[in-house]
Amino acid sequence: MSAEAKAGTAPPARRVAAAAWGRGLRRHALFIVLALLVALFQSREPTFLSLNNLFSVLQSVAVVALLGVGVTVTLAVDGFDLSVGSIAAFSLMLSSYAMVVLSFNATTTVALALAAGALIGLANGLLIVALRIPDLLATLGMMFLLAGLQLIPTGGRSITTGVVLPDGAIARGVFDPNFLLIGRYKLWGLAPLPVVLVAIVALATWFLMERTRWGRVFYAVGGNETAAHYAGAPTKLYRVSAYVISGVFGALGGVFIAARIGRGDVFAGSSLLLDSVAAALIGFAVLDRGHANVFGTVAGAIFVGVLLNGLTMLNVPYYTQDFVKGAVLVGALALTFGIGARR
Amino acid sequence: MEPPAPRRAQRSPLPTRAVPSSAASTAIEWRSVSKHFGATIALEDVDLGVRRGEVVALLGANGAGKSTLAKIASGVLRPDSGAVTISGRPVALTSPRVAREAGVAVVHQRTDQLGAPGVDIAHNLVLDQLCGGGHGWLARPSRIRARAAAIAAEIGLQLDLGADFTSLGPAHRQLVAIARAVAADASLLLLDEPTASLSASEALTLFSVIDRLRSRGVGVLYISHRMADIGRIADRFVVLRNGRIAGEQVRPFDFKLAIRQMIGRDVETASEPRRRGAIVVGVEGLRLTRASAPFDLEIAAGEIVAVVGALGSGKSRFLRTLYGLEPIVAGKMSLSGAPWRPRSPAEAVANGVFLAGEDRWATSLMPAATPASDIAGTIALPHRKAWFPRGVVDVARERKAALGAIEALRIRCRGPSDSLEQLSGGNQQKVVLGRWRAAPSRLLLLDEPFQGVDIGARRDLIESLRSSRAEGATLVAVSDVEEALECADRVAVMRNHTVVATHEVDRSGVDAIVSALSAIEDSSASELRL
Repeated sequence: MSAEAKAGTAPPARRVAAAAWGRGLRRHALFIVLALLVALFQSREPTFLSLNNLFSVLQSVAVVALLGVGVTVTLAVDGFDLSVGSIAAFSLMLSSYAMVVLSFNATTTVALALAAGALIGLANGLLIVALRIPDLLATLGMMFLLAGLQLIPTGGRSITTGVVLPDGAIARGVFDPNFLLIGRYKLWGLAPLPVVLVAIVALATWFLMERTRWGRVFYAVGGNETAAHYAGAPTKLYRVSAYVISGVFGALGGVFIAARIGRGDVFAGSSLLLDSVAAALIGFAVLDRGHANVFGTVAGAIFVGVLLNGLTMLNVPYYTQDFVKGAVLVGALALTFGIGARR
Repeated sequence: MEPPAPRRAQRSPLPTRAVPSSAASTAIEWRSVSKHFGATIALEDVDLGVRRGEVVALLGANGAGKSTLAKIASGVLRPDSGAVTISGRPVALTSPRVAREAGVAVVHQRTDQLGAPGVDIAHNLVLDQLCGGGHGWLARPSRIRARAAAIAAEIGLQLDLGADFTSLGPAHRQLVAIARAVAADASLLLLDEPTASLSASEALTLFSVIDRLRSRGVGVLYISHRMADIGRIADRFVVLRNGRIAGEQVRPFDFKLAIRQMIGRDVETASEPRRRGAIVVGVEGLRLTRASAPFDLEIAAGEIVAVVGALGSGKSRFLRTLYGLEPIVAGKMSLSGAPWRPRSPAEAVANGVFLAGEDRWATSLMPAATPASDIAGTIALPHRKAWFPRGVVDVARERKAALGAIEALRIRCRGPSDSLEQLSGGNQQKVVLGRWRAAPSRLLLLDEPFQGVDIGARRDLIESLRSSRAEGATLVAVSDVEEALECADRVAVMRNHTVVATHEVDRSGVDAIVSALSAIEDSSASELRL
């Protein structure tokens, strides 16, 4: 019903105030819990709030946040990129292979990895738009395909200098020191380069999605593709672009991991998908937005990072981590969809 | 036109005066029902009863409370205070399922909510039994088919039961939903704007179904703004305004009084002199399908042309072709003298050709969870490319455009950031029109713009169309001849995907009505599988 008959009996002022409080609480629930956690950890472990520890938290969540931002863009067009973790792992193996086996330098390697990410994203997008395969299924297929493909050139071995290839040759190349700097350099001796780069990428994506007309169209395509098409938007182009963006971000994440660990570890990317999807879904609840958004995704990733870091400091066993993540995710989803959600 | 006489004989023998109280004769009764949304009064102290075998029409303008009453009856909303009795027993309609089991059958206004997409028509017809439980053995395909066929036969619905529900147009969806409701053996059938998307002959089918139900002793609550329908079918009508009952009448009806009670003012028949400018749109030898005959049509600047035809006559296809959504089979189109061959809506929008599609929730609006799906964002969506060429959105500019539309079209809302789902159907449609009024158009295409729109909002929409039409040409597709005559300067009758005749709407308007009507009745009889 429309807002007419304002002269009617207004609900008691106390109820209005309570409702406003409830809304405020819902909007900031994640931040309130975060503040409480920080206070708790700090009281138990005085080094928790040191700059070094804070940057180590950010370092630990940077790649997850980056991939989460990619997933966010695909969620915005009402899609879902399940292959983003595999793209990161593939990019990790590809850059290692490029340097160790093919003796590429840092620049060429990064360019190759990002191009591969874009191509995989394009393939995802075309499977979805041209062949009309549902998003989840297309990217699930791509996920398996990449997870398998990355094993083939090395016969399933991790890539380091001296690895024996399936044809019996021994790889003589080394990781370019410049490449390793991407993962290990600290600005002002403090801020890890990946954290700074992810912050820049996230900020740029946030600006794209929240402040430009292109961002509005991404969300419009997700809200009602027919209506967006009727309103003059090239909806298929946007849908494909979302997967290309997600693919490039995934590949960049893989580069960061490769540059940090300095070897092509076959298992390094295994938990990335679920962690980044969880960050994006926790992001729904941030500021009570109720949909995928870049700021929420980054906040969600940081929230999980702080929680795990603090619990580790308090000597909570490592194997409870997944349980904690799951509990946070369920809590955030309950907040988004259940508890007092708007109709 | 069907004479009203034969149906009167079928009418319920019950007396048609006074609110019923006897348990046996009452299908449903509301006593002092109130519902508030925050500070907004949706319903205030409403007393209303429907007897068995009685058709009660519910009239009201935007936000009068019709939809709220319908939602309370169907168990979607619970009243703040007041009592509901069904067949004399007090009931608490706590959920749609409880309401259905209590004997309330509802056919909704929004056509995308009428059935389950991705499921065939047979399953949709037996959906209530499948969802309701207690018929464990029904789920055998052969029995579902048989039951569905029986339900379809009940109202004379002839459709391929194996076809997917989404393949149906709005009119057929509605008929499937009505067939479903009839099958539920309800004591009260609630129809929300049932004829909004039906052609004249489909409406006749609906009325005969309602007659059948009435003689079976089913009470019908019929929400509509169409006086002609109410005159044909209702035994009694109740007018709601601002959540209160503003009037009630039994036959013979005084519709002028009812309109006054509904909107608080008289309906004036606007007919100002026409100023026709240069030809904006030219169509020459255009064929919409390979089987259809070619036709010509020219629309001048400042002219409003209504395309009238039954469902499936090609009205929508014609509009979609002009908008770049369908390929041109043969023939030529021109826009301001230059050849016009749009390949996409984007190209059309860039050239000042705008389309507001049929079924606003399917073709124009976003669900509330989408960012920037409020009034301001909805209006701005197609214009952002022109308004913000450098890409950065200026929210203040969007708000300003929305405020302009709210004022010009008298959209009832709290402000530009209201979500569309909070608005009534008429106000939603005003936002859709406001979107395409927010930039100057060369050709404005409107497909069934009055679908699910009450009479007050319809007048506002038409006023807006007529007041600013000097800017460009307007082409409106409607299946209701009255609507066409109300808004258009010229009526083009469409049949078998071709324009068969055009009529000027002036003093000879009555002739135009008659011929256009008969053309539609002919075509719908031959084309529609009903």
